[in-house]
Parts: sequence; structure tokens; C-alpha cells
Amino acid sequence: MMSDNTGVAVYCEIKDDKIMPIAAEGLGVGRKLADSLGQELAAVILGSGVGTYAQQAIEYGADKVYVVDDAQVKEYQPDVYVSVLENAAKKIKPQIVIMGQTDAGREIAPRMAYRLETAAILDCVDLDIDSDTKRLLQTKPVYGGNAQAVFVNETDPQIATIRTKAMEALEPDASRKGEVVNIPAEIDAAALKTKIVQRVAEEVAGIKIEDASIVVSGGRGIGSVEGFKQLEELATLMKGALGASRPPCDNNWIPETAQVGLTGKIIAPDVYIAVAISGSSQHMSGCSGAKTIVAINKDKEANIFRYARYGVVGDWKKVLPAFTEKLKELMAS
Amino acid sequence: MNIIVCVKQVIDPEAPPASFKIDTEHNKADMHGAPPVIDPYGEYAVEAALRLKEANGGTITIMVMGVNLLREVVKKPLAMGADELILLEDEAFTKGDGWSTAQALALAIKKKGDYDLILCGREASDTNAGQTGLAIAEILGLSCINLARKIEVADSTLKVERVNLSGYDVIESSLPAVITISNEVGEPRYPTIKGIMAAKKIEPVIWKPNDIGLDAHASVKTKLHRLFQPVHEGKCEFAEGDTEEEMAVNLANKLRESKTI
Ligand SMILES: Cc1cc2nc3c(=O)[nH]c(=O)nc-3n(C[C@H](O)[C@H](O)[C@H](O)COP(=O)(O)OP(=O)(O)OC[C@H]3O[C@@H](n4cnc5c(N)ncnc54)[C@H](O)[C@@H]3O)c2cc1C
Repeated sequence: MMSDNTGVAVYCEIKDDKIMPIAAEGLGVGRKLADSLGQELAAVILGSGVGTYAQQAIEYGADKVYVVDDAQVKEYQPDVYVSVLENAAKKIKPQIVIMGQTDAGREIAPRMAYRLETAAILDCVDLDIDSDTKRLLQTKPVYGGNAQAVFVNETDPQIATIRTKAMEALEPDASRKGEVVNIPAEIDAAALKTKIVQRVAEEVAGIKIEDASIVVSGGRGIGSVEGFKQLEELATLMKGALGASRPPCDNNWIPETAQVGLTGKIIAPDVYIAVAISGSSQHMSGCSGAKTIVAINKDKEANIFRYARYGVVGDWKKVLPAFTEKLKELMAS
Repeated sequence: MNIIVCVKQVIDPEAPPASFKIDTEHNKADMHGAPPVIDPYGEYAVEAALRLKEANGGTITIMVMGVNLLREVVKKPLAMGADELILLEDEAFTKGDGWSTAQALALAIKKKGDYDLILCGREASDTNAGQTGLAIAEILGLSCINLARKIEVADSTLKVERVNLSGYDVIESSLPAVITISNEVGEPRYPTIKGIMAAKKIEPVIWKPNDIGLDAHASVKTKLHRLFQPVHEGKCEFAEGDTEEEMAVNLANKLRESKTI
């Protein structure tokens, strides 16, 4: 139940020489929660030679940054990271812990929660403080996105992972001041049970779907590899990325890495063009954060039109070539 | 190679979204008119177990926890080729949260004993919690690998491909271990007629809370405060035209005019 834990702590993952966008979003919502509780916002950074990122965390809203700078945590290894973060949480004693729903966050949060005898809720799309109880209201999609549940953890720290782009980062403010505290890694060798022997990147050529501001996505109705070539032409024209619902990936019309949805990528581009996709809840879980959804589907009743801002009811084989042609013309002028 | 696979009976996640209904009074959901199914994520775990059995021999025990478990549903993994079925079937098992679920399964796994691997789906399609396998590993103090797409065992060492956002990691571990299976493992097989016949003859073992030494007041740490259905208003503006080509041109114009692109 209630404890003497205080403050909000955000675990900030580092990637490509900066604090990951999802960590900045964690600091953004963390700042809001800390302010409404009248408490401090802390950031936690792990890695080797990562001290320089502390200032970034402060610019994004942290009051205090705990840094574990150690060659042993240079690369992500779940057993090590869980144990280091568990120790950090015991030191910091926060009331709330926030992480990104990343490859790391989704496994660290539950394992750490168990060790701290508390609970975690993963993939939250909203975090708020209950005005009466001051507990954290954690909203997450359930039933494959058909519904949302609001959970309350009764033990501290209340641990949540957040969905990418569901919350807003603050504009970095270079004039913000904060305190940096170094903490030792204290790795227990007995904690190491698994060994990562190889890390393989299967990058797709071109713009990454997570980073693209325009995504053209095809569904089962596309029917073939050749169909996806036509979608690719449109994606390239708009400097966007190519995505898909699950059936095209299962049928090998397009690599698995293009799958959008609950079990694929969760993206929030400016424009999402869904072609021959019915709009299942599992698929929409991956793209409903898009600013504008455009749908082409021959079925007027398709669920996708409940999410779409603009649409055409028709056969994509007829619609797409004319659409691509017209866009080419508009973009040239 | 003895494998325990934890699967769940769930409301059919692939029923049309329109059949999804929430009983707000009881914070419960239902797929109107669609019968329950074996959780599709769990089916991937069953498939992974069957492939391991084909490669290494051994037995596969399926564990299902819940209430109102329909025998034709929970026997599907047997029809696919698993050997034994243990049902943790009692109201008391449904009262808890993610942790009490993992606690009960861990106790049942301990009671069963004699296992090399425990497999779970990456998450359940109803709660989408994604914690059960990880929690079981912590409770039992076993190695833990999340989101596997391929598993090999050689000389009692596990070699697992674990999917991540940009590709995969190859992970080695000793046995026993807990692995959660991701859909990239590949399509679960369909039960064969022979499998269905064999499954008919297998009687499930049923365990109640006191069979596994579960304290009725197992600590619950998470409360469901509210369950609701977000509304998506159909505000779609359709591009009109006499032909599909005309509609396409109008759509492009609309997107340009609205500065969408
Ligand atoms: C546990 C679980 C997890 C899942 N995870 C995901 C996930 O991450 N991502 C995902 O996408 N799915 C996921 N699914 C699958 C999901 O439930 C749907 O089955 C899937 O999204 C459907 O893909 P679709 O819309 O392409 O196909 P369908 O539902 O078959 O729809 C095809 C659409 O194409 C239209 N169409 C056909 N031909 C044409 C044409 N010539 N011109 C125009 N329109 C046409 C049809 O009208 C229809 O609306 C998951 C399912 C489960 C159970």
C-alpha cells in the first residue's frame, strides 16, 4: 500500500547518440505527474560513457539524473539491466517509474516489478494522477485494441511503460538546471543467466517506417508481391515508407519488419494511407496514432473508414494508378 | 525434453469488431455470438513446442487456467499434437491480477515438476498484458527469454532467436528456462483428424487452488478501475466521382487542398 517512496523516475534509453524520443516522451509525462504530485522528476541513464546525456535529460524536464556509467552496461543485456535498475529503484525509492514500451522496457518493467514486490502495467497510452487518492491511473489498450482499461497499482513504485508517441515530450530547454548523481552498477554475477551471442540487424532499405512522416500500407486485398510494388511506387513518390497489415507479411508479399499493429510496429506518422486493409483492432493499434488516415477500400462498411479522415470506396487496382498519377502532377507543380 | 506450455481460453480476438461488447457494471468484455477460442498467441507457443518435440523428443504438457473452460476449446493443443492437459479451473483463479496468475501457474509448474522448458505466448489477446511468462521466470528463478521466433536445443544448451525492432538477437542459455513466443515463429499447424481423435481420449487433469497450495488470499497488487470502448466517429470524407479513376483524382486534390500532403 502507501509507502514513503516519493518522486517520479524515468528510465531513459540511449540510442544513436541521444536520449530516445520515447524517453523524452516519458520525461514529458513524468514532469506533468511530478508537478501534480508536487514531487521531483528523476531520470535514470545506463551505459558506458553516457554521462554526457544527463544534460539532455535535464533539458527535457528532469530535476535530477542518476547515471550508471560502467563498461559492464555498455550493451543491453536483460539480466544485467534488470538487476542494475532494480538496485537503482531501491536507492531512489520513487513512487512512479516510467519506461518506454521498447524491446528492453517490455521485459525489464515486469521483471523489476516482481523483484520489488510491486506491479507494472505495459503499453500505457495515458498516465494521470487520481485527484482523490493521488495514485497513478494507468490507461492501456486491451482486447487487441477493442477496449481500454484503467488500472491502479496498490503498491509502490507504480511501474508503467508507455506506448511510443502516445505522450508528448517537452521542448528541450537548454537553460534548465539539474543535479547529476553517479551510482555504481553493482552487478551480481549470479544474476547473469542468458548470454547474447549475436545481434543481427535486418534493416529495410530506405526510410524506416517508425521515422517516416508518410506511410503507405497494404492489406490482404493487395494480393501479391506485384501489388506491393505499386504501393512502393506511391511511397517513394511521397518520400514515405511502406507498411502492411499482417496477412501480407504472413504470405511473404513483404518482409515481416513492415508489419504494422499490435504485434508489429506501432507508428504515428503524419499521414497513413491504408489500401485494402479492413481496419481490425489489432492493426489499428499500430496506426491509430497517425494524424490523418486515408483509406482505399472496396467495402464502404469496412472498419477502417471509422478511423479515416479521407477515403475512396473502390477497387485499389483502379484507384491507385490514377491517384499516384495525379499526385505526381500535383507535386511537380 | 519436457515442455510445459501455458495457454489461455479467450474471447475470439478475430471476431468482427462490431461484435465486441463491454459489460461496464462488471468490467467484463464479450464477443457477442462468437464462441471462445484458444488464445492465438498461445497457439504460437504450442507450435514452437511441437517443433522442439519433433527435433528432440519428449512430452508436451498444456496448462490452462480459468473458468468455464470448454473442453473442445482447451483440447485444441492436444489435437495439434501435445500430450497432456492440466486445467487450473476454479473461480478463485480468476479473481486476481497478472501477478496472482503467474503465481498460480508457477505453483502448478512446481507441482508438475520434471520440465526443461516453459513456453508462453508473448501476451494474451484479451489482457495484452505481456507479463505472465516473465513473471513465472522470476518466481521460479529461471532464465528468461522474451519474444522468441526460433528455438534450438543442443547438448542441453538453448539457442534462441529473439525478435526486436530492428532484427533479432541470438541468445544462449542453460535449461530449464522460460521463453515467450512471438508470432514470427510461424503459423501454428491445424489439428489433424488423427490428432482430434487422440485428443478425445485424453482426460484433462484438474487442479484446484488447494491442490497447488495456493493461498486463497493471494496478494493482488493491481485493480481494474475502469474498462471502456474508445469511440471512433466516422468522420470520413469520401472522394466522389463517376468512376474510380475520378474518385482517385478527387482524393489527391482533397489531400493537396487540405495540405495533408
Ligand atoms: C493476437 C493477434 C494479433 C494480431 N496482430 C496483428 C498486427 O499486429 N497487425 C495486423 O495487421 N493484424 C494483426 N492481427 C490480424 C488481424 O486480426 C486481422 O486479421 C488483420 O489485420 C487483417 O488484415 P487485412 O485488413 O489486411 O485483411 P482483411 O481483414 O481480410 O481485409 C482485407 C480488406 O481489403 C479489402 N479489399 C479486398 N480486395 C480489395 C480491392 N481489390 N480493392 C480495395 N479493397 C479491397 C476488403 O474489403 C477488406 O476490407 C492479429 C490477430 C490476432 C488474433
